[in-house]
Amino acid sequence: MAKKKTIRTIPQKRAPMRQQDAHRRAKNFEEVNCGYGLEDALHEAERCLDCPDAACIEGCPVGIDIPGFIMKIGAKDFRGAYDLITQTNLLPAICGRVCPQESQCEGVCPVGETLEPVAIGRLERWVGDLAIAEGWSNIPYIEPNGFKVGIVGSGPAGMACAADMAKAGCDVTVYEAFHQAGGVLRYGIPDFRLPNEVIDAEVDNLRKLGIKFECNTLVGRLFTIEQMIDEMDYDAVFIGTGAGYPQLMGIPGDSLNGVLSANELLTRCNLMRAREFPNYDTPVPIGRRVAVIGSGNTAMDALRVCLRLGAEKVHCIYRRTQAESPARAEELHHAEEEGIEFHWLTSPVEILDDGKGKVRAMRCIRMELGEPDASGRRRPVPVAGSEFEFETDMVVFAIGTNANPIIGQTSKLNLDKRGYIEADASLATSMAGVFAGGDIVTGAATVIEAMGAGRKAARSMKAYLGIRDADAAGLTERQGSSGKLFGIDLNERNFARVRVA
Amino acid sequence: MKPKNRRGSSNAQAGSAVETSERRKFEIVAREDFSDVTYLLEIHHPLMARAAKPGQFVIVMSHEHGERIPLTIADFDRVKGTITLVIQAVGKTTREMQQSCQVGAALYGLVGPMGVPSHIGGARKVACVGGGLGVAPTFPLARAFKENGAYVIGIVGFRTKDLVFWEDKFRACCDEFIICTNDGSAGIKGLITDGIELAIEKHPDIGELVAIGPPIMMKACAEATRPHKIKTVVSVNPIMVDGTGMCGGCRVKVGGQVKFACVDGPDFDGHQVDFDDLMSRLRRFSQAERAATERWSESCRMKYPIGPGSPGLPSPDQADEALALPDPFEEAKGG
Repeated sequence: MAKKKTIRTIPQKRAPMRQQDAHRRAKNFEEVNCGYGLEDALHEAERCLDCPDAACIEGCPVGIDIPGFIMKIGAKDFRGAYDLITQTNLLPAICGRVCPQESQCEGVCPVGETLEPVAIGRLERWVGDLAIAEGWSNIPYIEPNGFKVGIVGSGPAGMACAADMAKAGCDVTVYEAFHQAGGVLRYGIPDFRLPNEVIDAEVDNLRKLGIKFECNTLVGRLFTIEQMIDEMDYDAVFIGTGAGYPQLMGIPGDSLNGVLSANELLTRCNLMRAREFPNYDTPVPIGRRVAVIGSGNTAMDALRVCLRLGAEKVHCIYRRTQAESPARAEELHHAEEEGIEFHWLTSPVEILDDGKGKVRAMRCIRMELGEPDASGRRRPVPVAGSEFEFETDMVVFAIGTNANPIIGQTSKLNLDKRGYIEADASLATSMAGVFAGGDIVTGAATVIEAMGAGRKAARSMKAYLGIRDADAAGLTERQGSSGKLFGIDLNERNFARVRVA
Repeated sequence: MKPKNRRGSSNAQAGSAVETSERRKFEIVAREDFSDVTYLLEIHHPLMARAAKPGQFVIVMSHEHGERIPLTIADFDRVKGTITLVIQAVGKTTREMQQSCQVGAALYGLVGPMGVPSHIGGARKVACVGGGLGVAPTFPLARAFKENGAYVIGIVGFRTKDLVFWEDKFRACCDEFIICTNDGSAGIKGLITDGIELAIEKHPDIGELVAIGPPIMMKACAEATRPHKIKTVVSVNPIMVDGTGMCGGCRVKVGGQVKFACVDGPDFDGHQVDFDDLMSRLRRFSQAERAATERWSESCRMKYPIGPGSPGLPSPDQADEALALPDPFEEAKGG
């Protein structure tokens, strides 16, 4: 064993991430971050101190054994690293790319107190990509337990829940309304951040667990949640339909042609591949001077997609400042590099017509920051008399989304005031056997948080079905809750109900 | 049987190939051509046949590279397990489908039933009005009202006699039936609003009027009933992508509020809908659509241009390249 590493002995600098040149990449949809090579990964793995109380594990919404897998990389046991990650996270290639690590694992990394934190996300991605390249997949021995579990929505929450239930031995079917599985990973996140092949590979890994994906199926309308339980013999159902209903600003002119939601732009471009029009049939006419309203991660994606689709100039309009912007620092930085122009403290008040029903310009107003609001950020206040005209021919709203209404319309599940599904701490809904998690419960959040919710719902589902849950034991220890009796976790209710397969 | 696993190779096709292994087959089991532009497809989908209700729609993707187009369900047969779509070949996709969708072929994607089903209220006397292709989705409504015990007046409008279809089906479920044609070659000569005037004159006690058709026609219907204060429901047909409330492309203004046709509609109060806004929004992609149609018309004498995975086509000389591009309003829902 090597001698104990200290903050002085580890490599002081992070292994840099190779990136596509900003000018070149602004014209293509290839991935911006090229990923680590072997040398980079070994260098970065050296930087982990293997802290005994591993703050990073607590910082990870799914609790990956981060020091564990990094030590395995350091020991060149790459397969071991993959095995360790996939114990808790089946989709490392995706999470390594899209997680906001700076506010999760890397945000609490003690190395980060003096140096740059260990690049956990990049290492996770490296392991995930290696696994795809090598064709690794971990298919545990699964003994069928005879339970049938239905998952509504094939996004991150649904996939995570499906994986856990399949590993527990359930017969799992995932329903997806689109013609391809992946949910927001597929329609929302552009290829230059998350290539489709990565999603395909990860979805394939789920198939290998025996999970069935049924696309072209709109649950709620084709059959209801109630029918799944009553007629289709599902023992438990998980709802992860997301918060996809886009918000518009409700200002004059927002139904003009050339005004669209970021969701529409991204879906046309990513899922329907409108950027390859006319080889693909879906069109996405792009403006010359595009204005994207909002400054979250979706806004960054929309901005950069517009640039790649050939807009001459792409502007980001945000009513607060860069400091309040909810986008990941890395995304903002990438967007800036690619030549996106940012207009902070600016808000549109009207979209102007060119006389033929199309966008000609926006009327904007300058803002200034006032007192902090409920979110803790300083509230933007309009500056009187500061209105000005902003020339644009395409306006994209990326100002947030609301709950998707379909499940609410078609089932008797209790909803909260804003239309999200009501779920208790264990993510159980008001209907026995029906669980919900991800954006449809919490409102728009991140991919990994949705996956965390999917896994949490899976634990509750196992408890509900009376399936012994190996994961739950470790979890309660960490959470310091009630503990065990005769080796049986107290969270495992009804364990006597286990059916013989 | 376990699905075949393939690792993602170089591009998107790999993903879709994997998808296919567990894909439902949406087989076309019957087809009928009403005219050289209008055709009917009956598609096997027992689950949907069971779930479908009048007023709902589906989204169809004819092949892997295709676009998602919304089409109103024109009929459903719960016993046979089929749904029926009536489509008008007006744009690139619908013309391509006219060639490729033969009996035995399958659609790449079919999802639904979408939208809030039409409310079959307690009105004692109902006028069901369909214009052009809107005649098809009007039929299940008329039948539902009839089954609900209402006195049903069917009013349909076509440009000319040759385009008339389903007259027998309507006559079977309507207490009264009026056909209007623009040139007078069948039924009364005149616009559909003339038929409505006629019906209102004879039956001042009509409790509800349902109109489906091109926006300009639905607007005229709403104006025809407004002075009589007859409750008027229209089924709007904006451009959609997902049909699940996710893209907001189908937003319409109803009574000054923004509604999404796919999840809040497609039925709205005809007296509240801003039809001018709807018609303007339907023109959003007219340029791209025209370009695609022209490109397709030129290429369809060659071998099928789209690539692998596409359904087989009948002989290419069946392609009718001489069609002028019709009114874009007739695209989208209802064909």
